[in-house]
Amino acid sequence: MALLSFRNVWVEYGDKVVLENVELSIAQGSFVSIVGPSGAGKSTFLRLVIGQEAPTRGAIDLEGRKLRAEPGPDRGVVFQKYSVFPHLSARDNVVFGLDCAGSALRGKLSGAKRRAALEQADAMLAAVGLGDSGDLYPAKMSGGMQQRLAIAQALIKKPRILLLDEPFGALDPGVRLDMHELITSLWRDNGLTIMMVTHDIKEAFKLGTRVLAFDKRRRDPHAPHRYGATAVYDFPLDKPGAVGPEALAGLGQ
Amino acid sequence: MRLLNIRPRGGLAVMLGAVPLLAVGLLYLMASQARHAENPRDKLLPTPEAMAEAVQLMARVDPLTGHAPLLVDTLASLERMGLALAIATAVSLLLGLSLGLLPLLRAKFGPLVAGIAVIPPIAVLPILFIVFGLGETAKIALIVFGVAPVMVRDLAAHVAAIPEEQLVKAQTLGSSTWQLALRVALPQAMPRLIDSLRLSLCPAWVYLISAEAIAADVGLGYRIFLVRRYLSMDLILPYVAWISLLAVIMDVTLRLISRRAYPWAYPERGR
Ligand SMILES: Nc1ncnc2c1ncn2[C@@H]1O[C@H](COP(=O)(O)OP(=O)(O)OP(=O)(O)O)[C@@H](O)[C@H]1O
Ligand SMILES: [Mg+2]
Repeated sequence: MALLSFRNVWVEYGDKVVLENVELSIAQGSFVSIVGPSGAGKSTFLRLVIGQEAPTRGAIDLEGRKLRAEPGPDRGVVFQKYSVFPHLSARDNVVFGLDCAGSALRGKLSGAKRRAALEQADAMLAAVGLGDSGDLYPAKMSGGMQQRLAIAQALIKKPRILLLDEPFGALDPGVRLDMHELITSLWRDNGLTIMMVTHDIKEAFKLGTRVLAFDKRRRDPHAPHRYGATAVYDFPLDKPGAVGPEALAGLGQ
Repeated sequence: MRLLNIRPRGGLAVMLGAVPLLAVGLLYLMASQARHAENPRDKLLPTPEAMAEAVQLMARVDPLTGHAPLLVDTLASLERMGLALAIATAVSLLLGLSLGLLPLLRAKFGPLVAGIAVIPPIAVLPILFIVFGLGETAKIALIVFGVAPVMVRDLAAHVAAIPEEQLVKAQTLGSSTWQLALRVALPQAMPRLIDSLRLSLCPAWVYLISAEAIAADVGLGYRIFLVRRYLSMDLILPYVAWISLLAVIMDVTLRLISRRAYPWAYPERGR
């Protein structure tokens, strides 16, 4: 059974159609890259999965049950910016998820439980390569470090799906390569399911086991809002090298 | 070098700040001396000696009442101020946080707060006197009424501007509304609240002194308006200086507290 399935999903704002007739199912353990021109609704698609928005029509199921239109701990996210809390140290950022689960009233664990949680957080920080930056505030970290932190923070909740919206979009090419290695090894070692929006088609093909391209199937030149985008290309990459970035060359013009 | 790139440092910065202050003091001394040379009984620009004498008189314990007026005035004013600011801060924190965080409340009470904020507080003073009588409550209410609406709106706007991404992230980490308010919004609101409290000190003093001038029998504002009848500049000027000093001490203390408690809000910068 598919982990996540979209059945005839539409998103409309007033008379503006953003997504139309999205029919997809995402398998457990896959790494889905999502590409497409700006404004095609990639972030909107991701927001549906996060639960920030509900589809105007259609339904989304997570493990066979209807997805609640509210963010929850089964879906972790990393945004391009503002994903970490500026007022918490790196370690406290990572522990935050455990704090919330363990203490409804204070929102913060104490005593032995907190110490155990901190140990877990330190292990997670080490896993993303921030082993000795636990005491830093995000303002003192580079962009790459902040994204590593955001990933560690999300992973500590062991989410069913990890959703990434242009997570490496603001990083230098070199740092980006390091992040590719990190996310690939985390994905492989932990059996994660990942959906990642990116503007970089090479990145999409390099990391993904499946690439979705969102775009409009139909266009009305007089009323561009009439038609929405959908997954116009769906490349399963289980045969490495079967499809390359060239396949998408004409996209988005 | 461009003017905006010239940055004073260390001793130079202190000196640059001190020069205008010293100049003003010097100017006053010269003017005062000139007037006294013409008329030794001049009351408008009293000499430092006259001011020192007047202050000493006020600082000494009056055998009739058993109190030193300067001390009693200061304590009375500070008590009103402290109570009023504590209430205003608590109200702002509660309302600002909930209005900023909950769209539901914002829709319901935002217009009301905005409406209250445009009423000139002094115009409400007669109502406060009628409702609360001429006692302490009316004076404290005036200050609260004067500063709280602005602080509430400022904090609500600041909390509402916390990036959506952070709120979503917190929820994906399993945070409830309460936990989010307590652990995400509250700490990020605190430095802003302290800042807006600092900015409110000045209007708060205005309202305090107005209220004391109109109806009080003790307090710094009461005293200066009392001795105004005798043109006692020798007392008014030191009182004004004392009030300013108190205001500066409060401001600096609040700033220190904020920097100590919320270091993340003050990343080191070049300027
Ligand atoms: N709340 C909203 N109200 C109206 N239109 C919206 C709203 N949110 C998004 N849109 C529209 O939906 C379309 C898709 O936006 P979305 O952010 O999903 O695009 P995207 O593919 O992520 O683009 P980018 O690559 O630039 O991030 C845009 O045309 C945008 O204007
Ligand atoms: Mg986007």
